[in-house]
Amino acid sequence: MNRLLPFIGFMLLVALFGFGIWWNTRHDPNAIPTPLLNKPAPAFNLPKLYEPAQTVSKADLLGQPYLLNVFASWCIECGVEHPVLEAAAPTLGVKLVGYNYKDAPADAKGWLAAHGNPYALLIADESGQTALDFGVYGAPESFLIDAKGVIRYKHIGPITPDVLATKLKPAIAAMLKEAP
Amino acid sequence: MIRFNHRGSPLAGDALAMKNITTGASPASGLLRVIFMAMLVFAGAVHAQAIEPMPFANHAQELRFQHLTQQLRCPMCQNETLADSNAPIARDLRNQIFKLMQQGRSDDEIRQYLVARYSDYILYNPPLKAGTVLLWFGPLLILLGGGGVVLVALRKRRRDGVEATTVGESADNGEDW
Amino acid sequence: MTPELGQLALILALLLALAQGILPLIGAWRGNRALMAVARPAAAGQAVFVTFAFGILVWAFLHFDFSVQYVADNSNLELPWYYRIAAVWGAHEGSLLLWILILNVWTVALAAFSQKLPEVFASRVLAVMGLIAVGFLAFIIFTSNPFGRLLPMPGDGADLNPVLQDPGMTFHPPVLYTGYVGFSVAFAFAIAGLLGGELEQAWVRWARPWTNVAWAFLTLGIVAGSWWAYAELGWGGWWFWDPVENASFMPWLVGLGLIHAQAITEKRGSLRAWTILLSIFAFSLSLLGTFLVRSGVLTSVHAFASDPRRGVFILAFLTIVVGGSLLLYALRAPRVAGGKAFQLLSRETVLLIGNLMFAVAAAMVLLGTLFPLVGDALNLGRISVGPPYFGFLFPLLMLPVVLLLPFGPFLRWGKGESPMLRQVLLRAGIAAVACAIVAAFFVDGKLKAIAGVAALVWLAVGVLLYAIKRWREVPRGRRYPAEMAGMLLAHLGVGVFIAGVLLSESLSVTSDVRMAPGQTQHIGSYDFRFDGAHRTTGPNWKADQGVVTVTRDGKPVAVMHPQKRTYLRGQVQTESAVDAGIFRDLYVALGEPMDAGNIEGAWSLRLYTKPFVRWIWGGGLLMMLGGFTCAADKRFRLKRTAAVREDLVLQETRA
Repeated sequence: MNRLLPFIGFMLLVALFGFGIWWNTRHDPNAIPTPLLNKPAPAFNLPKLYEPAQTVSKADLLGQPYLLNVFASWCIECGVEHPVLEAAAPTLGVKLVGYNYKDAPADAKGWLAAHGNPYALLIADESGQTALDFGVYGAPESFLIDAKGVIRYKHIGPITPDVLATKLKPAIAAMLKEAP
Repeated sequence: MIRFNHRGSPLAGDALAMKNITTGASPASGLLRVIFMAMLVFAGAVHAQAIEPMPFANHAQELRFQHLTQQLRCPMCQNETLADSNAPIARDLRNQIFKLMQQGRSDDEIRQYLVARYSDYILYNPPLKAGTVLLWFGPLLILLGGGGVVLVALRKRRRDGVEATTVGESADNGEDW
Repeated sequence: MTPELGQLALILALLLALAQGILPLIGAWRGNRALMAVARPAAAGQAVFVTFAFGILVWAFLHFDFSVQYVADNSNLELPWYYRIAAVWGAHEGSLLLWILILNVWTVALAAFSQKLPEVFASRVLAVMGLIAVGFLAFIIFTSNPFGRLLPMPGDGADLNPVLQDPGMTFHPPVLYTGYVGFSVAFAFAIAGLLGGELEQAWVRWARPWTNVAWAFLTLGIVAGSWWAYAELGWGGWWFWDPVENASFMPWLVGLGLIHAQAITEKRGSLRAWTILLSIFAFSLSLLGTFLVRSGVLTSVHAFASDPRRGVFILAFLTIVVGGSLLLYALRAPRVAGGKAFQLLSRETVLLIGNLMFAVAAAMVLLGTLFPLVGDALNLGRISVGPPYFGFLFPLLMLPVVLLLPFGPFLRWGKGESPMLRQVLLRAGIAAVACAIVAAFFVDGKLKAIAGVAALVWLAVGVLLYAIKRWREVPRGRRYPAEMAGMLLAHLGVGVFIAGVLLSESLSVTSDVRMAPGQTQHIGSYDFRFDGAHRTTGPNWKADQGVVTVTRDGKPVAVMHPQKRTYLRGQVQTESAVDAGIFRDLYVALGEPMDAGNIEGAWSLRLYTKPFVRWIWGGGLLMMLGGFTCAADKRFRLKRTAAVREDLVLQETRA
């Protein structure tokens, strides 16, 4: 029945498009999945935001899992995310580390003063050079890094209560459940 | 007229600051207007080019750089190449690529460096792997299949084409036109 | 003029479209002449109301009616009146209104010029057009109403995207849509043919001029879009294989196959099923383009705001129209291979090969465009498919077509003639090789440029040889029928286009430079001297304008004024300066001042020389001209000859 072939081919296309529309409602079409998932986080050595003479390296943070939150004072979405982080920080289960991205330290400090500071630790990447190794391309982005320094989950975009409940907390729970 | 992008980037004369985007949820129709207006505003800013003179040693090097960056996608402004995008990440990546070129890395090594951080998505030239076999060989398959159909049709025509009862003016009056 | 009148007009238009779509089909089925006669008046009525609605929207823009949401989103008090009119189709809702307006233009033209078609057939054709209109009107009324109010009314609006504030951009959508939508006519003819179960394909002759004109408009629309992207976007490129560009290119390719297949079917009666299938595909791809742009399933620079609800609606519409017609095809397409036989060496064969390559090329573009979506569906990770893919495969697929092109006219229907062919091969071949060798010296041996020259000469000599043959063999007055003249023009256009692409790609020189006032850069064979920048203003923008003086061997060539504009709402737009020439373009884009506070100091600039870039659009325009010329052929105009009268009688008794 090769006269039906065009029809069948077309219906397959319709199925593909239907999938596309559905997929778009559940995923951010611009989010690039990270190739670093379940791979070791890149090595880094960055100054603290408030004590720039001191630096923090990846090795310093091994042994404890943490959520690395990339933010900046110029980033509007970070302002949206911030209250959520502040509320969630005490019960998160992991340390919250702030990663100030491509920001003048004065601007960042001013922004934190105005919006609050939920971070246990704050490091600054003013040039954005180290962020390239993380595959960061904008703010906000968040990386869940385990005690061994492996990236277990990356979220692109602001952490909303919905994301917190449905994606981040389960990921943290799963990670903590594993034998050390 | 670019796709809506939730996330921020530091633009000079921060156009985005002028629009109050207050949620990161996917565009619901109610917010569509605000978002669309933001797109208009944002899109305008993006269309300034990424003109950045770099200290190339010679023209050949400049050509190599242009060729490389034109085949890479900007991760932020995903409708533009790394060569043309004005997004901060594009500038950073261009500088990084220049640095890697100065370090003597080959084109392939530079591409690998980027893919390791930003996934295959950053390449406009899809790599040939298991997942893209259909993409690269699909057209050939279609050509072979179509060619087969044409051959069969040609053979049939030669043997038993029926004289059609064409009513009306016939094209077969000796003229080819 | 209250905008609600516009809404009302659309609803009335929808009702008329329903009448136009349904009643004549019933009439044709039952032989009821009264019902069939509804088609033309219903079409006219629908057109009146749609035009009225469109007029209301234009009026709202011209009179700054910011109480209409769409007007407030796309214009403001400083926007010049000509861009306010263009803003009507600057975003989703208005562009759909333009779509339906153009559909009505085609329908009215069809209603007017089809008086001599058999009534049953004509009523079916108009009915199909009506059904398509129903879909679009429903889509507009229920999901994309341009007349929605914004209350309280703002004092001033937002802005039309500055990128759209350009003559090329105002021209491109209407022309492009005229092409896209025009394929609905060929589609309607094919469906009417299937419904009527016609075994003869006389209707193909009637469909030909409409299809050629639609294809010509689409060609012009694509050329306009490409030219605009080059002039306005400042990246020096003219085609990006962006999903929405591809969405217009696929119907163009299929339409190209269609106009050639229609020639075969009309003259020889063969390939009827294929011609019908192509007619369905061409319009389906037009509809698909509409879907892709508005559903958000693909990342694209063109995409309108995406909304899943709209995506679902268009998808449903697409499924009904295309799925329905393909089902009809499966059931009713001619099964018996009809028409005259042809040998392996014949005009039919080369046209068939051409059709094959166009179809495969369209399929390739579809595959590449949709593959990221397939990648998501099959969890292959996010994959990008861009110019390196399309730009590699497309020329490869077109190579056989270019090689065979000169032979087409020389081959006869049914059976070719070998001695003539050998001559053509030798003459065109030798000319091409000779020119290629000469060119090699001028272009430093660059292969792409040499290939471009060779292709142009190969095709141009082929066209010339045939023109000479006709001049010698046929008496004056019958030498170049419009159909043939159109073919020669279009084929020449192909050569010019290929030369433009290959030469500009291989010979262009681009450089990003830092220049202080007074400094000179040498690019290509030209010297660009930067003479500083200063402030200037326009109707709704302020700009930093640079002055660049270009000389060649000391002789002045041009003074160019690139700008960096800031529009009212803060959008920054780079207006590149282009010095156009037949054999080269000079192109300057302003970057940033080296010292942000001092615009009179040094700036970064991008300088280009682009040889032969205009030939790309020149070639396209020749192709368009060819399409229009072909459509004007006298043979297509129906005359009341005895044969046609007989045809009418037969059609009607069979209905």
